[in-house]
Amino acid sequence: MSAAADRSRMIQFEDVSKRYARSPDALSGVSFRLDKGEMAFLTGHSGAGKSTLLRLVGLVERPTRGRVEVGGLDLGQLPKRRIPHYRRQVGMIFQDFRLLQDRTVFDNVALPLIVAAAPGADVGKRVRAALDKVGLLRRERALPQELSAGEQQRVGIARAIVSRPPVVVADEPTGNLDPELSWEIMDLFGQLNRVGVTLLIATHDVDLVRRMHYRTLTLRHGHLVEDTGPPVP
Amino acid sequence: MTAARSRPHREPPTEKAPPRRRRHLRLVAAVRAWLSRHAQAALGALGRFLRSPLAAVMSIAVVAIAAALPALLYVLLDNTNRLLTSWEGAGSLTLFLRTEISDGAARKLADQIAKRDDVARVQVIGRGEGLAEFRRLSGFGAALDAMGENPFPAVLVVHARHRDGGGAPATALLEALRQLPEADVAQADQDWVQRFQAFAAVGQRVTGILTALLAAGVLFVIGNTLRLEIRDRHPEIEITALVGGTPAFIRRPFLYLGLWLGLLGGLVGWLLAVIALAAIDGPVSRVAALYQSDFALHGGGFTLFAAMVGAGTLLGLAGAWLAVGRRLGVALPR
Repeated sequence: MSAAADRSRMIQFEDVSKRYARSPDALSGVSFRLDKGEMAFLTGHSGAGKSTLLRLVGLVERPTRGRVEVGGLDLGQLPKRRIPHYRRQVGMIFQDFRLLQDRTVFDNVALPLIVAAAPGADVGKRVRAALDKVGLLRRERALPQELSAGEQQRVGIARAIVSRPPVVVADEPTGNLDPELSWEIMDLFGQLNRVGVTLLIATHDVDLVRRMHYRTLTLRHGHLVEDTGPPVP
Repeated sequence: MTAARSRPHREPPTEKAPPRRRRHLRLVAAVRAWLSRHAQAALGALGRFLRSPLAAVMSIAVVAIAAALPALLYVLLDNTNRLLTSWEGAGSLTLFLRTEISDGAARKLADQIAKRDDVARVQVIGRGEGLAEFRRLSGFGAALDAMGENPFPAVLVVHARHRDGGGAPATALLEALRQLPEADVAQADQDWVQRFQAFAAVGQRVTGILTALLAAGVLFVIGNTLRLEIRDRHPEIEITALVGGTPAFIRRPFLYLGLWLGLLGGLVGWLLAVIALAAIDGPVSRVAALYQSDFALHGGGFTLFAAMVGAGTLLGLAGAWLAVGRRLGVALPR
């Protein structure tokens, strides 16, 4: 691989497998590469390994075999003390939103900045900028239970992008939303991608994927069976 | 994605300042940020703790009672030891002379005995003095008048000189006093003190064991309180870890919760101990007065306060550390 190719690479899986105790392989020999600023969908049936793959990118799990590289970092070689710093560079979005129910929208979005010890004035500015981007600036004092499902997911997205991570991974972000809201969320992802964020979005909504015209990785029983994008170099 | 990018964003010190000044400003900013983070975590933990007042009061009460009990025992034992030391220091032997020995003969004998190397001083209680004291204390004045003659002997209180600076008076002196032809009975006043000391030593050991058991109890109580808190806040821990919270960041509010629990428990425990000591001080003083002593209970002051609050805080932190340390696995990849 040339130096130029190295510089453009954001996520790279090389022959990655993941096995849980007393279970078949959740992932088996998966290899692919996602370049900087690229957006791709990860599809497959329930249990195909989509969430496992995203958890490997977020370093929630480590692979049983193979090599996962994100932003030039070999995650297998990353020492424990560097893991929190790495995670600050990957925005994660979840199907169930994972918002803190006893905190306001502002506090939920501010969490990644607070854990990174960002200065107070900076926190306010960046949280409001992220909320503005997802159209929730007027709801910053609301609690999550006062919001609709679509709004809660947008809070989740604001939290994922508030620290301006170069990579965002989303696990079934529209799984709990109706089609109209799903489109809104996908439109937001498109906007993020246009400003250079690399996105990997897991979804089983094939119709949505077809209409979005982005690269698609398809998993079946832990194997990567289809990649509509460029082949692994 | 580089290490530089992962660093927290901080306002850079003024670029125009000289390098030493810039370093100093950076250091000041870092210390301020550190203090601010800890203050936020400490106050946040206190606020969260007091948001459930009933649970907070119950947890504090358990720690306070567990802390107050051994503290009270220690204070009482300390007072007992002080009392014993003062009695032991007297180091006296009592020599009851035969009743036919006059007060004058008793004084001569006292002078002879006082010349001994192992005697510090000799106090003479004449027959008349003994009678007068008994009449005053016993209330049997009329009966004594009816007896016609004074039944009390002269008494010599011999204060032994301790060559080694402490301990019971020499057996040799006691034996020598017994051998005197004027002697009726010679007794060492230390026998019961020594027995009492032995009981006090047992009490000290029992208090030590009790303290260790109650300290372990406090650790478990705080550990269990923290365990429940961690269980309630598991989603928050998980999310904080996923957005890049370090184990120290995740652990911090729980450690402060343990610290508050221990500190407030120690403080309330000290108050309980002081109230209990005040309640028993009166009766103790009355007992002391019966023995012509001005003995009063000591303790409950700053030393006890510092010991209880300090020990409570340390136990709180230790309990929290034990509880939190085991449940931070979520912050690390599997």
